[in-house]
Amino acid sequence: MSLLDNDEALVSLFKEVQLVYGPLVDAKDFPENVDVTLVEGAVANVEQLELLKKARANSKVVVSIGDCAVTGNVTALRNAIHEGDSAVLERAYLEIADAQPQVPVDVPKLLKRVFPLHEIVKVDYYVPGCPPPAENLAYVLTEILAGRAPKMENKSKYG
Amino acid sequence: MNDRIITISPVTRIEGHAKISIFLDENDVVREARFQVTDFRGFEKFCEGRPFYEMPGITSRACGICPVSHLIASAKACDEIASVRVPEAATLLRRLMHMGQLIQSHALSFFHLSAPDLLLGMDYDPSKRNIIGLINEYPDLALKGVKLRKFGQEIIEKLAGKRIHSSQWIVPGGVTTPLTKDRAENLIRSLPEALNITLEAIAVFKKYLAKFEHETHAFGDFPTYYVGLVNEEGELEHYDGRLRIMSSDGSLVADKVDPARYDEYIGEAVEPWSYMKFPYLKSVGYPEGAYRVGPLARLNIVSKCGTPLADAELKEFKKLGKNGIVQCTFHYHYARLIETLFCIETAKQILENPKAYSERVWARAKVNADEGVGVAEAPRGTLIHHYKTDKDGLITWVNMIIATEHNNLAFNRAVTQVAKEYVKGKHVKEGCLNRVEAVVRALDPCLSCATHAVGQMPLEIRLFNSEGDLIDSVTR
Repeated sequence: MSLLDNDEALVSLFKEVQLVYGPLVDAKDFPENVDVTLVEGAVANVEQLELLKKARANSKVVVSIGDCAVTGNVTALRNAIHEGDSAVLERAYLEIADAQPQVPVDVPKLLKRVFPLHEIVKVDYYVPGCPPPAENLAYVLTEILAGRAPKMENKSKYG
Repeated sequence: MNDRIITISPVTRIEGHAKISIFLDENDVVREARFQVTDFRGFEKFCEGRPFYEMPGITSRACGICPVSHLIASAKACDEIASVRVPEAATLLRRLMHMGQLIQSHALSFFHLSAPDLLLGMDYDPSKRNIIGLINEYPDLALKGVKLRKFGQEIIEKLAGKRIHSSQWIVPGGVTTPLTKDRAENLIRSLPEALNITLEAIAVFKKYLAKFEHETHAFGDFPTYYVGLVNEEGELEHYDGRLRIMSSDGSLVADKVDPARYDEYIGEAVEPWSYMKFPYLKSVGYPEGAYRVGPLARLNIVSKCGTPLADAELKEFKKLGKNGIVQCTFHYHYARLIETLFCIETAKQILENPKAYSERVWARAKVNADEGVGVAEAPRGTLIHHYKTDKDGLITWVNMIIATEHNNLAFNRAVTQVAKEYVKGKHVKEGCLNRVEAVVRALDPCLSCATHAVGQMPLEIRLFNSEGDLIDSVTR
């Protein structure tokens, strides 16, 4: 969402790149030989774990964007609960249900705990923030496209 | 299992994570399609023990698309727990910010996510059938879409100083800072352009409507109940009001229901194959009590919007159905554009109201009640936050029913109907699959919200045979 907050500048940014995977385009499989991958969100279930590993293997540069990806943030609040993975499921699907209470099984299984990206794969750059500021995303993309390493000193902020 | 199954995964150009499975019978005819949501976070549990006033900040992180709607529902639940009367100016400003939220979300849904299907075509090259393809083929219209979304985001930014997650501004008891004249003037200047873009989008939509005549009838065209908030005059309402429940023929099932009593009317069911629950009308039962919420439902349950341009368009809209009830899911797009008109007109009224500039905007109080329910109409429909606290105001229990969840039974019916129309035999063509996804996009799910998960939405279609074996999996 924050990327879209570059408004009209988005149009020129999109002219420089080919968008090959993500919520705005129709590719179903993560492609090979990707130059830059922006990953948002923490890793909470087995499907996300596999997708992240594949994204890392197929990408030259991986950027972790947003506080959930960088630290776990709100997504990781369940890590503080004893056996948090089953506790959250039992509350939502057994206790707060009027018909057919049951924990869904034919769905990607939750991991025991939630991980920020860098605990699973190597991350090249970090853009924290909730949301990550649009101008920081534009800056990082512009620098990477120009073949320079983005300098995040004095730019990073959380929350 | 005696069926073949097709799966679409990930579903793209929607917000959240989902897959669609299509089940065939022995004769390879579509029997049923399931819309499966694959992500979950667990706010109901992990909020326990937090001070109640943190709830707007935490729960609005469910989603980056409609965080303001979460902030409003959450703050309203907290207003109850604090037992405060929110100052009039704060109510006006929260409502103004919500108009910005609705405008940006509806613009995103129409221009960025669905317009590629409508303008480029369902059978267009999938690698180019997206917002960038739209920018290349229709640069003028695509840029206008970007501008309309920007206008909505700017309303939020001028009020809170930040576009997404403005939780330091909407707080229990009101808002933290008043609206200044100079900030308002910026917005007032942008109003005419926003209105013109919306009117143009409506004209474009109507032009393409004829082209999609076949789709409109195969597109989730079925009766359901409709649920939403209406104001005291029974007009369109997104911030306050009372619940109205209407049947498919336009007769009232319940009206003027205090939203705090939602659980007397709405039950939640669970299926083993999805993290998204299945709300239903308790008086009708599960799964027969399927109902829809959101733009189409809101326009179905009202006789008037309450602003001139939106009302003129509402008359045209009502002609598409019987007794003023439009049941075709495709027309969610049209309803969304009419609501956008309403929101821009309402934003103008608030900006021109001197009471919106009062400096009294925040009634501060500690915990004075042990329970609170906050309800608002988010872009995608009725949003319910319900909290219980202990004597110190620490949260002991949370339930959230999110707009997209209410539509879950309807999603599954809609996807089944489109699959029956477009999927023939063991193999499925790409364009056919996209039509199945397009019906999902018309309902505009926000699955991040619905499972209180975070992230973007991809989709997968899997085809299973009558033995239950995977025979085709369409991933583009």
